[in-house]
Amino acid sequence: MALYDLLFGPFIEFGFMRRALMGCLALSISGAPIGVFLVLRRMSLMGDVMAHAILPGAAIGFLLSGFSLFAMTVGGVAAGLLVALGAGAIARTTPLREDASFAAFYLVSLGLGVMIVSIKGSNIDLLHVLFGNVLALDDPSIYLIGGIATVTLLSLALIYRLLVAECFDPGFLKSVGGAGGLAHFLFLALVVLNLVGGFNALGTLMVVGLIVLPAASARFWSETVPGQIVASAIIGIVSSLVGLLVSYHAELPTSPAIILAAGAIHALSILAGRHGSFASQALRARHLRG
Amino acid sequence: MLKRNAPSIRLDNLTLSYRRHPAVHHLSGSFEPGSFTAIFGPNGAGKSTLLKGIVGLIKPDSGRIALDGVGRSDIGYLPQQSALDRSFPMRVLDVAAMGLWRKAGIFSSIGRRQLGAVEAALAAVGLTGFEDRIIGTLSGGQFQRALFARLLLQDTRLILLDEPFTAIDARTTEELLALIQSWHGEGRTVVTVLHDLDIVRERIPETLLLAREKVAWGPTAEVMTDANLARARHLHEAFEDNAELCEMPA
Repeated sequence: MALYDLLFGPFIEFGFMRRALMGCLALSISGAPIGVFLVLRRMSLMGDVMAHAILPGAAIGFLLSGFSLFAMTVGGVAAGLLVALGAGAIARTTPLREDASFAAFYLVSLGLGVMIVSIKGSNIDLLHVLFGNVLALDDPSIYLIGGIATVTLLSLALIYRLLVAECFDPGFLKSVGGAGGLAHFLFLALVVLNLVGGFNALGTLMVVGLIVLPAASARFWSETVPGQIVASAIIGIVSSLVGLLVSYHAELPTSPAIILAAGAIHALSILAGRHGSFASQALRARHLRG
Repeated sequence: MLKRNAPSIRLDNLTLSYRRHPAVHHLSGSFEPGSFTAIFGPNGAGKSTLLKGIVGLIKPDSGRIALDGVGRSDIGYLPQQSALDRSFPMRVLDVAAMGLWRKAGIFSSIGRRQLGAVEAALAAVGLTGFEDRIIGTLSGGQFQRALFARLLLQDTRLILLDEPFTAIDARTTEELLALIQSWHGEGRTVVTVLHDLDIVRERIPETLLLAREKVAWGPTAEVMTDANLARARHLHEAFEDNAELCEMPA
């Protein structure tokens, strides 16, 4: 009975917990392949940058029409794509390296976003934008997250081979006439979409955590891309569940609880994962004969 | 396959450059149908750049690359190993199967018959039993064999190889060289960048001696003379920061 109250009670009793769970599950499943490719393309930090970059766009939407899902989503997507393209273009055409140019964009975006939200709203509004409010997801938000997850999985199924080839051997892809640039741009667009979808739930500062942390952990559990995607989705789902329950029972803020749960699994993966963790290195004490 | 059906490449006053500094400078000549040519020269002589130009990875500054008898996307290209991400989580089977790209495209699945072809290609390069190995666990030679399996499956009539034997042991080199010679025997046009003077002299019929500019191009014995090699070393200079504009007509 106690276990039932602990694990299932909150979801059965409260609709807001069920909706929070639905949103987080969709985000975890959709964010898993996105995160894995971000990590493989050495773009984990870039995900962080883009998450901050959507802030001023969403803030302008907020400025124009308050907490309107539509306005903030459109603003966020537009700002995210703009920064992804703009920072890439600046890195290609000036001596500034890509990481520095992304850092510049993200710092400015963060300042601008906080400024815009503060002009119109209160500190509560600012907190909502920065850290989300997963326990207050309404139906349209759930549909948005679900729709983005569907689009993400379908699109990735289409460009999967292109993405893998582009990561592993871009010269080969180009030599067989594959559209590597197009795949890269579509991938960036999907990253932005997922960040925008997640930002309602987890806020702009936290949403990357549910995308990148499980993917970075998955690397310790599988040595193939499909395996890492599955592992990442499972880790994301478990983190969401644990985070929601801990936050419910201990009355702690939800999105940090989810991210910290993912962080705990990440630490566990580094310590005891199957491939390359401390434990696996320590246990491989005796070598094989051949 | 008949030699007269094999593709050829004609270079017409070709200049390829990085940041306006030419890596290949006013180069003219042609790789004949069915020929087997080594590109030899000092580091920075523009050998890899020339291959990238032919594949279309970089655009000519001036001049022309004319492919005859083959489309640009129908070239078998082996990049330098350092251009690939060997930490990428991929199986040997996946690497070889990339060679089916033209047949399978980006959507269609790889059927049993094609899987058989992949396994046959892996067998031909001596990698039977390695299908499920992650590429990060392979030695340099084994990884190069996997890339050769990919080339086999691409089954192209024009094959460009960029330093295929760098950091590869003698036995693997010998086996892969035999494979390349069999491609030449089948009438394919093969161009390979090489660093090993002995392999070029003993095994490759034609040579382009390159030092940004053409030093000599033709039958290996006539090209690889001591005088020409000395001239290649002499001609070759590093990028000059204050180089003047080239006045040669484009």
